[in-house]
Amino acid sequence: MERHEYDVVVIGAGGAGLRAAIEARQQGKRTAIVCKSLFGKAHTVMAEGGAAAAMGNVNPDDNWMVHFRDTMRGGKFLNNWRMAELHAKEAPDRVWELEAWGALFDRTRDGKISQRNFGGHEYPRLAHVGDRTGLELIRTLQQRVVALQQEDYELHGDYEAYIKVFAECTVTRLLKDGDAISGAFGYWRETGKFILFDTPTVVLATGGIGKSYVVTSNSWEYTGDGHALALLAGANLINMEFIQFHPTGMVWPPSVRGILVTESVRGDGGVLRNSLGERFMFNYVPDVFKDKYATTEEEGDRWYTDQANNRRPPELLPRDEVARAINAEVKAGRGSPQGGVFLDVSSRLPATEIIKRLPSMHHQFKELADVDITKEPMQVGPTCHYIMGGVEVDADTGAASVPGLFAAGEVSGGMHGSNRLGGNSLSDLLVFGRRAGAGAAAYVDGLARRPVVSGVEEAMAEALAPLERASGENPYEVHHELQRTMNELVGIIRKSGEISEALDVVEKLKERAKNTASTGGKIYNPGWHLAIDLRNMLLVSECVAKAALLREESRGGHTRDDYPVMSADWRRKLLVCSAPADGSEVTVVEQEQPGMRADLLTLFDRGELAKYLTGEELAEYDAALAAQKRES
Amino acid sequence: MGYKAKFRVWRGEGGDGKLEDFTVEVNEGEVVLDVIHRLQATQAPDLAVRWNCKAGKCGSCSMEINGKPRLGCMTRMSTFEESETITVTPMRTFPVIKDLVCDVSFNYQKAREIPSFTPPADVRPGEYRMQQIDVERSQEFRKCIECFMCNNVCHVIRDHEENKTNFAGPRFLMRIAELDMHPYDVADRKDAAQEEHGLGYCNITKCCTEVCPEHIKITDNALIPMKERVVDRKYDPLVWLGNKIFRR
Repeated sequence: MERHEYDVVVIGAGGAGLRAAIEARQQGKRTAIVCKSLFGKAHTVMAEGGAAAAMGNVNPDDNWMVHFRDTMRGGKFLNNWRMAELHAKEAPDRVWELEAWGALFDRTRDGKISQRNFGGHEYPRLAHVGDRTGLELIRTLQQRVVALQQEDYELHGDYEAYIKVFAECTVTRLLKDGDAISGAFGYWRETGKFILFDTPTVVLATGGIGKSYVVTSNSWEYTGDGHALALLAGANLINMEFIQFHPTGMVWPPSVRGILVTESVRGDGGVLRNSLGERFMFNYVPDVFKDKYATTEEEGDRWYTDQANNRRPPELLPRDEVARAINAEVKAGRGSPQGGVFLDVSSRLPATEIIKRLPSMHHQFKELADVDITKEPMQVGPTCHYIMGGVEVDADTGAASVPGLFAAGEVSGGMHGSNRLGGNSLSDLLVFGRRAGAGAAAYVDGLARRPVVSGVEEAMAEALAPLERASGENPYEVHHELQRTMNELVGIIRKSGEISEALDVVEKLKERAKNTASTGGKIYNPGWHLAIDLRNMLLVSECVAKAALLREESRGGHTRDDYPVMSADWRRKLLVCSAPADGSEVTVVEQEQPGMRADLLTLFDRGELAKYLTGEELAEYDAALAAQKRES
Repeated sequence: MGYKAKFRVWRGEGGDGKLEDFTVEVNEGEVVLDVIHRLQATQAPDLAVRWNCKAGKCGSCSMEINGKPRLGCMTRMSTFEESETITVTPMRTFPVIKDLVCDVSFNYQKAREIPSFTPPADVRPGEYRMQQIDVERSQEFRKCIECFMCNNVCHVIRDHEENKTNFAGPRFLMRIAELDMHPYDVADRKDAAQEEHGLGYCNITKCCTEVCPEHIKITDNALIPMKERVVDRKYDPLVWLGNKIFRR
């Protein structure tokens, strides 16, 4: 079997994976990037709106503290505050660094990086390139990897001396030496041949889990691989009940249902209307946000040109609020003909401006739905977009509880709390990708000896099983049933009975998945690959459902019909998932969330905190504020 | 709404293969990639096809549909007659691995051979100042989703394996133009474009522009201006004289 020795193996080649790999290589570590698709095709390319960074280029009042507050509010204060702090502080440097690597963002009049409005962000904050920012990000990082390879070629005569991309290669198991990571096992999709990485560190950057749902903006790669690999290696997952349903996915035609319609449409002036023509979002501003959003259409419209004297239109509430509102309008019978609501930018901006600012939306609707968005409204509805939950990591280094294991980006948990703000994902990838790469490099430096690989035979047998069964379940059918189940029973609005029902189905599907048979050979066989991925999708689905059943409140990306209110007691609790190495059963336990550092806590008004915190926590706030006053 | 469509799909590994006939259900609004997926789920579970975003943003599902290079995800079934047989084959310019999946490593090798973005040494991150109008030229080329259909359709290499060593293809000649037009790039790639990457092979038939799913004007906005820049250098009598004198 093919065997490679590395210092750092990064799984995933999206924004987080590439940024982690660049960092590890820049710190002199031999680095491998392993990805399921071709290099440059990762899901990050689909990100449209931008990367949030408080550069203050458009509104000079912006700074990291405002960004930090917006992020915590968006996540309903469940966020890992240290991650939110690091993210807000470091995002501008990470964006500027991209420019030095060749990125070409849209500009302000004075030649700086332009920034656009987005839901939940107080000021225009998203660095962007039209509505294809993710493509710019991935291409820039991809080209940075190539630039480093060219440097290595000059020095060593080998492009791949220090950083190599293993494209179309899937990792199925992490290997350990005692408690610590010692390697990774996988297969080449192209040939079906196995491959072994001998490495003391693995950085997981595998993205999300959307393929457990039918209606999703996610690609086939999003099968929760990193979540499952971490779980099976003994790491914990947190916040798995929080899934972001993006409010605006396409609803028609059926084959494109779920494909993303960027929030920039609303950021640039687009409005949501129901079948009666009402801008219904004005009816859905929750109490915690009452004083921050416009109460009349006139005020909302004025905000686009005068932000100092007006409040934002409610179309720009955080995504969880907008998604629930759309869901409610459709359920109340005020939906559009194809089961969504109307998103209209045609009556708000001139056609030339729409094509300039939203070129790929214009293209996408024209080509796929015969809709010209400069002339008529789009029909949109919620789509499974992002999981806030993921591997429990140390904020500063991205280290998981398993020594040698790191995680960054969507596969890690905590940063976004119960709901992620748009634009905070691309910046998250950069900030924590870099930190995880640096964390892995430092871990390698501190090692007394290289750990030894074990468990290869078992990993091989597990991967081969679906091919060796002469007959059995069709993996595509098992997958479809899982998707339908999660979509219908653990979707945007949840109830105890339905979640329990979903868990019963998942148990049965786990048994069926053990008996899948894939016809055909080992060479580029998607049926076999899916049979292998099913294990991961089922494991993460079990985590999502079990955590969703336990959390008896509604917050961010977790809405319980039977517990519709947000609870201050639940805010302090995180739900932590773990599983044995055979993945037979997920266990969920409660864990207390550490209290916010005093200097961060006092960045907020007492009045706002009172909506989220317990009386006990508010007493801590009062004490912190008093202490600060004494000092100054 | 739905109907049964006739599909002929290339099946095979390595150099061997043949067109296989399928009859498959098609529903309203579907694209060719949906139909390929239905074939996988119901009739040919090991049918190999690349795809990711299904929205024309990643450039993975390049294939030839009735002989034309297309993205499977952006080719709507409604553009065909219901009675028509739709033939789906892999890209012709690259070696086939299996079914619709090609070995596109040629493109990644070429990407590596082009010297990367080279900013001036004295500009620090955060200090870059560029006007929108100046970045727009390169931005057009950075819309490229690397579907490699321009390289697939380019006759310089489509039917001439021997040219592959000396020709980067429209995708990477455009990359040179992109860097050449980048307001902060200080490297000079003009000679290399002609001598090493084969810009001279391009005889501006615009096939690349025609197949580009991002509607980038590859020939008009990247390749022709790049040729002009090279020519200005190469045939400018003053530059020629200067070269002669300094070489002495």
